[in-house]
Amino acid sequence: MTTQPLLQVRGLEKKFPIRGGLLQRPVGWVKAVDDLSFDLNRGEVLGLVGESGSGKTTAGRSILRLIEPTSGSIRFDGEEVTGLPPAKMRALRRRMQIVFQDPYASLDPRQRVRDVIGEALTIHNIGTKADRRDRIAALLQKVGLTADAMDRFPHEFSGGQRQRIGIARALAVEPDFIVADEPVSALDVSVQAQVVNLLGDLQRELGLAVLFIAHDLAVVRYISDRVAVMYLGRLMELAPSDSLYDRPRHPYTRALLSAAPEPDPDAPKQRMLLEGDVPSPMNPPTGCVFRTRCPFALPACAEPAARIPREIAPGHVVSCIRDDVIAG
Amino acid sequence: MDADITLDIRNLETHFAADPGVSKAVDGVSFKVRRNETLAVVGESGSGKSVTSLSVMRLIPTPPGRIAGGEILFRGRDGRVRDLARLSEKEMRSVRGNEIGMIFQEPMTSLNPVYSVGDQIGEALRYHQGMDRKAARAEALALLKKVGIPAAERRLDEFPHQMSGGMRQRVMIAMALACRPTLLIADEPTTALDVTIQAQILDLMRRLQAETGTSILFITHNLGVVAEIAHRVVVMYSGRVVEEGDVRSLFKNPRHPYTRGLLACMPNLGQSRGEAARLEAIPGNVPSPVNRPKGCTFAPRCPWAEPACTTAEPVLEPVGPDHSARCRRWRDLP
Repeated sequence: MTTQPLLQVRGLEKKFPIRGGLLQRPVGWVKAVDDLSFDLNRGEVLGLVGESGSGKTTAGRSILRLIEPTSGSIRFDGEEVTGLPPAKMRALRRRMQIVFQDPYASLDPRQRVRDVIGEALTIHNIGTKADRRDRIAALLQKVGLTADAMDRFPHEFSGGQRQRIGIARALAVEPDFIVADEPVSALDVSVQAQVVNLLGDLQRELGLAVLFIAHDLAVVRYISDRVAVMYLGRLMELAPSDSLYDRPRHPYTRALLSAAPEPDPDAPKQRMLLEGDVPSPMNPPTGCVFRTRCPFALPACAEPAARIPREIAPGHVVSCIRDDVIAG
Repeated sequence: MDADITLDIRNLETHFAADPGVSKAVDGVSFKVRRNETLAVVGESGSGKSVTSLSVMRLIPTPPGRIAGGEILFRGRDGRVRDLARLSEKEMRSVRGNEIGMIFQEPMTSLNPVYSVGDQIGEALRYHQGMDRKAARAEALALLKKVGIPAAERRLDEFPHQMSGGMRQRVMIAMALACRPTLLIADEPTTALDVTIQAQILDLMRRLQAETGTSILFITHNLGVVAEIAHRVVVMYSGRVVEEGDVRSLFKNPRHPYTRGLLACMPNLGQSRGEAARLEAIPGNVPSPVNRPKGCTFAPRCPWAEPACTTAEPVLEPVGPDHSARCRRWRDLP
């Protein structure tokens, strides 16, 4: 047993070209993820939150190399994943899986559930044909469906049931690590709780490491050991869940938490209302990317140094130069 | 109808032809919206909340849909009460966008991409209030300023695609309020927005209501938003109202098992991992509107259900001041 983290991400960057003109040449670049670093331990859940355009989904997909990262290092169980040749990458994919947001779009409508789940087993040459059938039945039961579901098509299931199928598919190859990209946001609240419970149970039972990407702050706290907050492609704050939620340090984290409506009519309504919109990612502010909406911004926040994440306490990373604000 | 009531829906039934059978999307819904009040209608998909609001606007696609019964009594600006369910399409056109304003979930699909936002806001003013082009433009500018759009003079000539989602929703609100409606229907107006932008829009709606006294019918699935903006709440489940009351009693002392289930199954911001090992999920799924269970439609998912619940249909009965629930066991709930 090593103490080395299962996943080490260092300086991850993903740029997308903006194409224009007749020849569709790149006329600019969007940095969807910029200088993202974090560790994920075995059996740990790291929540990744941010608003649209924060780069959280791009980060999750770059880590799995479903899209190619532009630069940076991703080490999985000690092995560098970037630049790994396709054959080796395919072998590694058995250990890293993804659950998608939309259970309607992410399952092939023409495949029976048995094939949806079984495809990965075939690709990775796991078990004999008879073994596979038993295994699929066991997986379906594990996610709370009955074994006879395997002969049906995705459209015969509700949204919550489809998401269970998506989870069974991800678990089929017994991965160590799962990226769950907004796995419950397309579901109704009553069904959302069923799926959150299921994910929590399976994560504990199987000792999975999970990168849980979501915009619902309450769900993220509920399921995560640690939480990372992103804004415009950059990491704003990273801390154990309880410290981040009970004592947020970064002004953006504070604003985000204070904007989340609570289901309690007596909850205090004094808000830290942010002015304006998220700036265009094509032309992000210099220095700290949040400074244009930050009520505490100083001229120094426009300097490059203002964007550097730093550790203010063990395991608590904040990208903000206002020590007085962070301490307050 | 009392003078302080803007909208009084009585036993509304909106049905859709399904193959086979009839889908009773709205199955005998009644509620009132008072002047100066925000009434939130909350429910999950398939509860009938959006079909209810579309019925009020008479925007139900016919066929396959139709208002099969009930009344939609609406008090206009002049104090006259009319039944919207029975108005001709021509009469409805003078109500929509004039006496009743509407905001939808996705502002990009409800704004016209080929007209500038100034023209779109001005259109309602010219059509309903007979303003000339110049006056309409001046009023549109004033409205954009009122909903907090920065550099409104420049934005007036911009097109929807040049704006962010939050800006577009502000434009929608400006448009909906242009003719000073007595009722504003907002159908999931913040669902497509990020939380920091949602907070801005809710703040704006609260402020504008305080200024104008418009009644708001606010459709949402988000109980957090309800707690934030509503004075009174109607909870819908499979085409029916299952609970109704002022926001405090409904959240603090819910009397219907479905409302309790909805409140219990959401984690709250103060709840950390391990504090409660599991969320209290509501088992099962919403029943199909074509084939609803007999008796109480929630009974198959209800931990409190007893045999009688599956035979006789429960009635919406008073459970406290300004609070009623459709559950025969409401007294037994802890």
